[in-house]
Amino acid sequence: MDITTLIKLTNGKLITNTKTEDIDIEFAMASDLMSDVLTLDTVNTMLITGLANLQTIRTAEMSDVHCILLARNKKSTPEMIELAEQNSIIIIESASALFKIAGILYGNGVKALF
Amino acid sequence: MMKLDYKIEGGDFTNAGHASSEVKKVLKKLNVDPKITRRVVVSLYEAEVNVVAHAYRGEIFVEISTNKIIIKLVDEGPGIHNVDQAMEEGYSTASEEVRQMGFGAGMGLANINKNTDELNIYSEVNKGTTVEMITYLDKN
Repeated sequence: MDITTLIKLTNGKLITNTKTEDIDIEFAMASDLMSDVLTLDTVNTMLITGLANLQTIRTAEMSDVHCILLARNKKSTPEMIELAEQNSIIIIESASALFKIAGILYGNGVKALF
Repeated sequence: MMKLDYKIEGGDFTNAGHASSEVKKVLKKLNVDPKITRRVVVSLYEAEVNVVAHAYRGEIFVEISTNKIIIKLVDEGPGIHNVDQAMEEGYSTASEEVRQMGFGAGMGLANINKNTDELNIYSEVNKGTTVEMITYLDKN
C-alpha cells in the first residue's frame, strides 16, 4: 500500500517532510512495546503505535521501519520529527484509535506478521 | 580493523540509541549485509537502553574486522544478581519510567541473545556489568 492511500484510509496527517514515494507497506505491527517491535525481521513493515517519544523513532530506525502511524491523537515532538527525517522515516498522525486503524488497514490488504 | 568508542549516561533517555545509530551508519558505509546490520544494531540498542535504564554510566567499545564485530558494553551500576534469571523472557526490574519509554517488559536480553552469535555477560553486584556481543560476518 502506498502512503497516499494509507493516509486517506486512516484519515491521517503527514507530519514529516520525508520522501514517501518509495515506501510500499506490506506488513504492519501495532504495539506500544518497543522490545516487541525490535523482534521484527521483515522489510516493508509499518508501526502503528500510541507511544510517542524519541525511543519510538530510534526503535523504527534500528528495525528498518520507515513508516510510523501515531494513533488516537498522539503528537510527535519537534525532536521526534527531526530524528525521523534524518533517518528517512515518515510519521503520520491520526485521531482514530489504534484498533480502528489496524482494522481498516488489515481489511485493505496490509498483512499481519504473526 | 576499525575501533569505535561511545559513552553512555545512566537515565539519559533522550540520547539512548545515539551510539546504535552511529554504528548503524558505519556498518551501512562498510556495506555490511543489511540483515546482519539489523541484528547488530538491534542487540546494541537493547543493550544501550539497558545501561541507560539500570546503570549509572557506561562505555561501548566496538571492534569491526573483516570477519566479525565485537561489541562490549561496560557499565558502572548495581550489577545483575542472577544473570540466568535476567535472561528469562518476562523477567524485569525496570522502573515505571523505563516502561513508559516502551521498554522494561523483560525481553531485552532474550532479544540480544537471539540476535548475536555469542553473548557473554559478566556482572558483579554493586559494581557493574559487562556485556560482550559477537557477530560473525562470514557465518551469517
